Amino acid sequence: MKYMFRWISIALLVIAGIGLGAWGYKEHEEKNAVLIQAENTYQRAFHELTYHMDLLHDKIGTALAASSDKRLSPELVEIWRITSESLGNVGQLPLSLLPFNKTASFLSDIGEFTYQTAARDLEDDPLSEEERADLEELYAQAEDIQGELRNVQHAVLEDNLRWMDVQLALATEDEPMDNKVIDGFKTVEKKVKGYEEGNVDSSIFAITPDKEMYQSITGEDVAEEEAVNIARDIFHLPDEDLTVSTTGEGSEIPMYTMTYRDDDINAYMDMTKQGAHPVTIIMKRPVKEQNLSLHEGTLEAEEYLKSFDIDDMTLFQSSEHNGIGMYSYIFQDGDVRILSDAIQIKVALDNGDILGFSGRNFYSNHHDRDIPQPEITEEEAVDLVNENLTVNEIHLAIIDDDFGDEVLVYEILGSLDEDTYRIFINADNGDEEKVEKLSSVEANFS
Amino acid sequence: MHVKKRKFLQIICLTIVSTCLIFIAVPHQQVHAFSPQIIQKGAIGEDVIELQARLQYIGFYNGKIDGVFGWGTYWALRNFQSEFGMEIDGLGGQKTKEKLAQVTKYDQEGIQNETNAGGEGNKEENVATEPTSTNVPQGYSQNDIQLLANAVYGEARGESYEGQVAVAAVILNRVQSATFPNTVAGVVFEPRAFTAVADGQIYLTPNETAKEAVLDAINGWDPSGNALYYFNPETATSSWIWSRPQIKQIGKHIFCK
Repeated sequence: MKYMFRWISIALLVIAGIGLGAWGYKEHEEKNAVLIQAENTYQRAFHELTYHMDLLHDKIGTALAASSDKRLSPELVEIWRITSESLGNVGQLPLSLLPFNKTASFLSDIGEFTYQTAARDLEDDPLSEEERADLEELYAQAEDIQGELRNVQHAVLEDNLRWMDVQLALATEDEPMDNKVIDGFKTVEKKVKGYEEGNVDSSIFAITPDKEMYQSITGEDVAEEEAVNIARDIFHLPDEDLTVSTTGEGSEIPMYTMTYRDDDINAYMDMTKQGAHPVTIIMKRPVKEQNLSLHEGTLEAEEYLKSFDIDDMTLFQSSEHNGIGMYSYIFQDGDVRILSDAIQIKVALDNGDILGFSGRNFYSNHHDRDIPQPEITEEEAVDLVNENLTVNEIHLAIIDDDFGDEVLVYEILGSLDEDTYRIFINADNGDEEKVEKLSSVEANFS
Repeated sequence: MHVKKRKFLQIICLTIVSTCLIFIAVPHQQVHAFSPQIIQKGAIGEDVIELQARLQYIGFYNGKIDGVFGWGTYWALRNFQSEFGMEIDGLGGQKTKEKLAQVTKYDQEGIQNETNAGGEGNKEENVATEPTSTNVPQGYSQNDIQLLANAVYGEARGESYEGQVAVAAVILNRVQSATFPNTVAGVVFEPRAFTAVADGQIYLTPNETAKEAVLDAINGWDPSGNALYYFNPETATSSWIWSRPQIKQIGKHIFCK
């Protein structure tokens, strides 16, 4: 009887212990989940803020380069909109105790400026000299803050800094603490070196969703075995077995997907059933020491384009990164550059092998076009751009306008101080369709 | 006999010495005058540093000597070619390089010092002959790429390379789409959008493969076929996701519209 009582109490205690443990674990899990949720909210607000500051810097630059007051109004409204969003981001950060005055006051300055100027009719009452000077001042400040915020962002990403740590530190400690995020933000307030860089929301290569796509795909449907044989040729894998599958109903156009994998190579290809056109090719392999220059890689890329019978492509841009050359080509119809019909090619600069091909933009946008004659001349177009801009290059081009329709434009590449801008002037009526700041170089962090 | 031998030795010695002299003399003439490559816009490296330094010496280039052939260098080179009556192609070809070497000086050490001290408080130390900047795709910063790489690594590190490119492409397709947020951070941190964000795996440090996959997606590769959603059929709990038109399966992920 005595023993039984003892055993019952032990059993009860054990059950209670297990129950407590389980409850504690569940609490702990829930607390963790909540912490991660809160962390994600802060991270989102912070990364969005830095992105908006990037955008703001470029938009102010674009406004400075814009020629017509007609184009300036929407740019100013856009700046005002981004400013409000950035202020929203600032509001979500746990910054009550952090030094953040510079960014906040900059945002309110720029908000005020753009609100006042955008609200008035700039065609009747254009920007005065002082206002232009103010805008230039704000542009310089934006560059400063953008560079500093990027430094903090880099630290946050590199060292996995958590906003929740700041929050917990603030909640549990009274005395000044040593915290990397807080330190980071203190340096935002100090003047550190600015980076020359930018962030344009480039819409040149965007695929317009409502268009009839893949018009240029012609020819007979090919059978699976034939597709595999073509793919083996392209991969230079004559005898290997490829895994094949076909796309589902959600695909824009029926395609075969073929893959091959061994220790070194990871090969992947999407090929249209109709006409057997390769749309996406990936040949992933380790790249050894660089032997070829970026220019020599261009020759390989052009050879490759020829092998697919794609003619009249001109090099649009090229860049070198980690021993890999990245090339993008656009279709040229006579002397008109069609910016939406683009192809990207990736070349390994160790031996010149092709690492990738993306014909998605080309195949989905390319079609026969009736290109009208321009109504205004090159000289007239040049007269329409901002007089402070040095015009370096001018081409006829076709781009998608804000409504997704194709328009004939003069593509003018010009520089203003150290920055380069791409300006599109409608070749029919002289409207400024788009202004973009071009920046493809950024100071290295590491 | 002896005399002959001596003469023979003398000739051999002379030949050796003069050959040596030629070998020593030739590199001296070519000091710091470019490698044979044709320098094209987008290139990085020592030749670009030299190109920028020489163009700056003669007053055509005012930007940073950072070793990356960007727009500023391109216009400077074209202006140089135009000024000296050469073909204006914006390429650092043989003739252009010879002309540059003729009319400018290149003091490598001096440039290093200048890059170290110059450019508005640029205090980086190891500028030397290494580029101090890097090429980034138009419209993206290195931090944007890093954030995307975090998301791809958290979501798809077990997937094949194309599977990772596809996940990155879905995030970018969402940024483009009108029904999703307009920033990379907005899409990645959208509540309940990605499991790696909800369980904190996004804060793992991504590897180089994830970064390369992100760069490919930014540059226009999209193995997902323009998908806006993907899910793992083994763990998907929402029945709604099964109603989306499916495009294809890559690894464990089904991609859909």
